[in-house]
Amino acid sequence: MKKAGGRIYTFLVFLFLYAPILVLIVFSFNDTETASRTVWSGFSLRWYEKLFEDRLILEALRNTLLIAVLSAAASTVLGTVAAIGINSMKRLPQRIMMNITNFPMVNPEIVTGVSLMLLFVFAVGLFGGRSLGMGSLIAAHITFCLPYVILSVLPKLRQMDPNLYEAAQDLGCPPVKAFFKVVLPEIMPGVVTGMIMAFTLSIDDFVISYFTSGTTQTLPIYIYSMTRKRVSPEINALSTVLFAVVMALLIVINVRQGRAQRAQKEDA
Amino acid sequence: MKKFLLFALCLCLLLGAGVTASAEEKATINVYNWGEYIANGTDGSMDINAEFTRRTGIEVNYTTFDSNESLYSKLAGGGADYDVIVPSEYMVSKLLSEGRLAPLDFENIPNFQYIDPQFKNPTYDPEGLYSVPYTWGIVGIFYNTDYVEEVTSWEALWDDRYAGKILMFDNPRDAFAIAQFRLGMDLNTQDPKDWEEAAELLKQQKPLVQAYVMDQIFDKMESGEAWMGPYYSGDAAILVDNSDNIAFAVPEEGTNYFVDALCIPATSQHKREAEAYINFLCDPEIAGANMDYVGYSTPETAAKEYLSPEMAESPLHYPSEETVEKAQAFVNLPQDISSQVDKLWAEVKMGGPGESAVLIAIILGFLMVYIAIIVYKRRKRKREME
Repeated sequence: MKKAGGRIYTFLVFLFLYAPILVLIVFSFNDTETASRTVWSGFSLRWYEKLFEDRLILEALRNTLLIAVLSAAASTVLGTVAAIGINSMKRLPQRIMMNITNFPMVNPEIVTGVSLMLLFVFAVGLFGGRSLGMGSLIAAHITFCLPYVILSVLPKLRQMDPNLYEAAQDLGCPPVKAFFKVVLPEIMPGVVTGMIMAFTLSIDDFVISYFTSGTTQTLPIYIYSMTRKRVSPEINALSTVLFAVVMALLIVINVRQGRAQRAQKEDA
Repeated sequence: MKKFLLFALCLCLLLGAGVTASAEEKATINVYNWGEYIANGTDGSMDINAEFTRRTGIEVNYTTFDSNESLYSKLAGGGADYDVIVPSEYMVSKLLSEGRLAPLDFENIPNFQYIDPQFKNPTYDPEGLYSVPYTWGIVGIFYNTDYVEEVTSWEALWDDRYAGKILMFDNPRDAFAIAQFRLGMDLNTQDPKDWEEAAELLKQQKPLVQAYVMDQIFDKMESGEAWMGPYYSGDAAILVDNSDNIAFAVPEEGTNYFVDALCIPATSQHKREAEAYINFLCDPEIAGANMDYVGYSTPETAAKEYLSPEMAESPLHYPSEETVEKAQAFVNLPQDISSQVDKLWAEVKMGGPGESAVLIAIILGFLMVYIAIIVYKRRKRKREME
């Protein structure tokens, strides 16, 4: 009896979480002239067809993906290097450093967005540029992705035996080679998880992008700008695609983590 | 000799053309328009931007915004460099008064001649130097003929027979305009008392209103959840076209008409190319193809030829001259009046003491439940201790 109650409760929680997305996905297949979000009038793929004909949406999608790939790559490199540095600090500076790192995550996005915009406008003016754009967007995205990368790499570094690196050097391995041959493989799962997280965070960011985009348009901004007229069901179709991509990435993260844990258990 | 001269002349012309073409090829203009406000090549429409690039070699970086206010904050915040923007009438007058617009060189926009005379020198741009109208439309009432009698006046939105089935604009200027028409006021009145009076009327209407909405009106009207609501003619034409029981009426008190106009910001570095873009959009053939997709009305009679006949003859898109004559346009309000309007609007939407009483009741209810849970837990613990 108690078990059934628990199951129903779990089911309700998941229903509450996923019902809106489910509705969105279902209505992306709705065949309707009036772009309705409430009246079901048959199955069709027309919105998907229209989506892939729409040059503006695709251009926004291209910008979004480009920014996501570049900022994920950059923040992964920077974040990994930072995590190694933080890990080898003494206790007090390490704590201070971690607090500084965590701050951007708890800071409201809108504050980060506005302050970055002010900074970029100032910097662009200083160097005689005319407009914010791709560059400022990538810089902003690296900024807010960094803490997540650091946070996912650090635990791996802590788990690693600190003597491994020294042992490699004792055996005659130069420092750089020791890092790539010994340290990096050990922390790889954390690095990959951090990168995937940075990528997904960057794809769906709206608030910070809105302020720092200048004359470049990302997908979330494009969708938002449709709200004066009706939001076209193309967006349902696109959201479905995006949801599927993010979902796939999350599953990859989880499977990887599960595998890593199993491997560790076997080692132990 | 003559032949040689002719040849030289031809060569010069060719070279000249070649040089200008290659110079233009490098230029990219930044266009900032409303979302979903240009034909983009889907559903067999013309891809306007691609066509422009094909004809002139000028690249278009096309981006979109959702409201006049976002457009304004982008322009005022700096960090964005636009060459063509499409503000609505009151935003044109605001940008104009702040010196943010560049005067247009109409020699580069010969197609301006096709714009109908009633759209030239409008109230929001009295000299007619800074803007070229892109689209226009009027506000009217959409209603469900199954439930609502024929609508002739804005009063219908205050009719308590339809309580709970009425929708209303979710932005202050449009909502106040409706109350102002009922009171017979000027839409751009600068008398604070007039605005208070209009707000009073809106507060009276509030208990009857189902929701303050913008684009949700499509769903609510179509599904029959709501029976009537005011909206922009061009946007909602699709509603009337697709449902037999939805009709559109322009109330007899008059209505407001809006214009979205093409302008060039004072900071533009590619003014000549921007003017070429505006000129291109004013080409009747292009304007017709564009509006056929967008669904708004074009200010060019010549462009109607290129529209589908149903659209060109629809009173929804092209209301009678009488209606247009009675219509008024918004002009930017001075700072103190516009902040008063925002305040009054917040009051209307938040409601009077009745609303806060409900809110307090809800909070008290939560508090009671919370206390009950604590008391229950304490007792349970006590019982367990025993």
